[in-house]
Amino acid sequence: MSKIANAFKNGKAFIGFFTAGDPNIEKTVEFALAMEEAGCDLIEIGIPFSDPMAEGVVIQDANVRALNQNTTTDDVFDAVKAIREKTDIPIVFLTYINPVFFYGYEEFFKKCSEVGVDGIISPDLPYEEKGEIADIARKNDVDVISLIAPTSKERIQMIAGDATGFIYVVSSLGVTGMRSEIKTDLNSILEDIRDVTDLPLAVGFGINTPQQASEIAKIADGVIVGSAIVKIIEEHGENATEPIKEYVSAMKKAANQ
Amino acid sequence: MSKGRYGEYGGQYISETLMNELLYLEEQYNHYMNDPEFIEELNTLLKEYAGRPSLLYYAKRMTEDLGGAKIYLKREDLNHTGAHKINNVLGQVLLAKKMGKTRVIAETGAGQHGVATATAAALLDMDCEVFMGEVDTKRQALNVYRMELLGAKVHSVKSGTKTLKDAVNDAFRDWIANVHDTNYVIGSTMGPHPFPMMVRDFQAVISAEARQQFLDIEGRLPTAVLACVGGGSNAMGAFYNFIDDEEVRLIGCEAGGKGVDTPYNAAALTNGKIGIFHGMKSIFNQGDYGQIAEVYSVSAGLDYPGVGPEHAYLRDTGRAEYVPINDEDAVEAFEYLSRMEGIIPAIESAHAVAHAMKIAPTMNKDDIIMICLSGRGDKDVRSIAEYRGVELNE
Repeated sequence: MSKIANAFKNGKAFIGFFTAGDPNIEKTVEFALAMEEAGCDLIEIGIPFSDPMAEGVVIQDANVRALNQNTTTDDVFDAVKAIREKTDIPIVFLTYINPVFFYGYEEFFKKCSEVGVDGIISPDLPYEEKGEIADIARKNDVDVISLIAPTSKERIQMIAGDATGFIYVVSSLGVTGMRSEIKTDLNSILEDIRDVTDLPLAVGFGINTPQQASEIAKIADGVIVGSAIVKIIEEHGENATEPIKEYVSAMKKAANQ
Repeated sequence: MSKGRYGEYGGQYISETLMNELLYLEEQYNHYMNDPEFIEELNTLLKEYAGRPSLLYYAKRMTEDLGGAKIYLKREDLNHTGAHKINNVLGQVLLAKKMGKTRVIAETGAGQHGVATATAAALLDMDCEVFMGEVDTKRQALNVYRMELLGAKVHSVKSGTKTLKDAVNDAFRDWIANVHDTNYVIGSTMGPHPFPMMVRDFQAVISAEARQQFLDIEGRLPTAVLACVGGGSNAMGAFYNFIDDEEVRLIGCEAGGKGVDTPYNAAALTNGKIGIFHGMKSIFNQGDYGQIAEVYSVSAGLDYPGVGPEHAYLRDTGRAEYVPINDEDAVEAFEYLSRMEGIIPAIESAHAVAHAMKIAPTMNKDDIIMICLSGRGDKDVRSIAEYRGVELNE
């Protein structure tokens, strides 16, 4: 059984994302622990990349800040190792595939397994290219999290049928970022996915207010929030720990109202 | 493994949101390329609007001056909008129109592809938005205005290195948000499948014409075909119909910038490593941990940290050779061709001219070199003057 399943045992899951190394790698450990303390069920840690094509401006800027600190993939592994000394909260990486490819698939997933990364989300590795890493990831007990978009339609069958861990349901067209309104007919997408799999379904892209979290949680098993947390880090820098805690706690509560 | 492979290169490494659209694009492309009506319409546009076939011009003075191989220029610079880019754009924008799209977007480096896309969009009555790195909007300010004249909206891209790769990033970001009514008209043989194939096919008219022109004029094929390579569209177009003619050497000329042993170049096939970026597995300039490198070239059109997947494959199989050409050599070739033949080449194309200047004297008089003169150099006059320290008064 994947450890990721634990994230969905405590009511509706709150999944929080931020970019490692922003504002520095020491804070990455502190932020992760603060999020757990505030009720976060799964932590999604971004490995910084020079060209985050699926991200909106807020997360793009976080990648720039992290790379300006010379944050490396090895630094991120070290940070996870440090987090793991304190908690067994499920952790997944959000990473573009090139840093993984460059590191070497075997080496990367071995390292994930060693430090305790439970899954990987790669926004530029669709179903057709999953074969790049599927076997190696499985061998190392790392789930490759599948994304399903509003445009996936008949692809849902094949993607969901082959998914592990949880399914990342992309709420809207476009890149990551805070949206005031989510117009997609999520209900019907979630129903289509549930016809294929019993895996937990978490919705992300655009969610930032407690009200949105509460709405989404009525139909999904979890909500994923990235840009809103990264925005707090952008505003408060090294002093973001307390504001993150407050925010995560409010969102977790809203998701379970 | 996905479709669209050239050996291990190519593929579709892109957001799930775009996958169905890419599959649909491929299906529609295959449909229309087998539709005689579409082909007829495209050929008419190429002939009557773009001005094809382009001339195959014997560069007599240059040949005599270099004293070796006979040099021909495939005059893509004479196409409407002044570069080979129009070949691809007419195909892709016409396809978008047939697919019922109302809007096209494009990335551009030097501005030539942006101008070509804006032109085709005006002609075919489509909305057009072009993404261009902020640095390039300054290097090529005239082309920005040109695109605006043609009715396009130009976005100055301020992320990352503010050049071509960042323009591509932002174009993809726009496409992900507007996939229902928009086609992304990619300007080179790059990106996820089917783009490298489509762009190659639309550019292959260059070598289809040239091959026949050589048979008509010389009764034989050239010894070598030279073309500059950024993403690689004019080179793929110039090479494609010669690939099976194994006696024809295919030589791609990359941007060597200030030297391939300095950090200031964009020579992916010389300095790059295999990687996955912009939807494709190919060769990229990248730093430690797979971060895409900042690259440099005097030419905004070659200032890209990678190369199309089919070029990577042609290199690995040994079918094509790739050489870096430094800024200085390219600028000298720019000036040389202007003086020698009265043709001001694009600084991109000047990279291929520079290599011809190096190898022609070492070849026999019965050898033939074809240079793909991919574009005209008017757009570069200001930046070359600047490179030479010449002050131009407005």
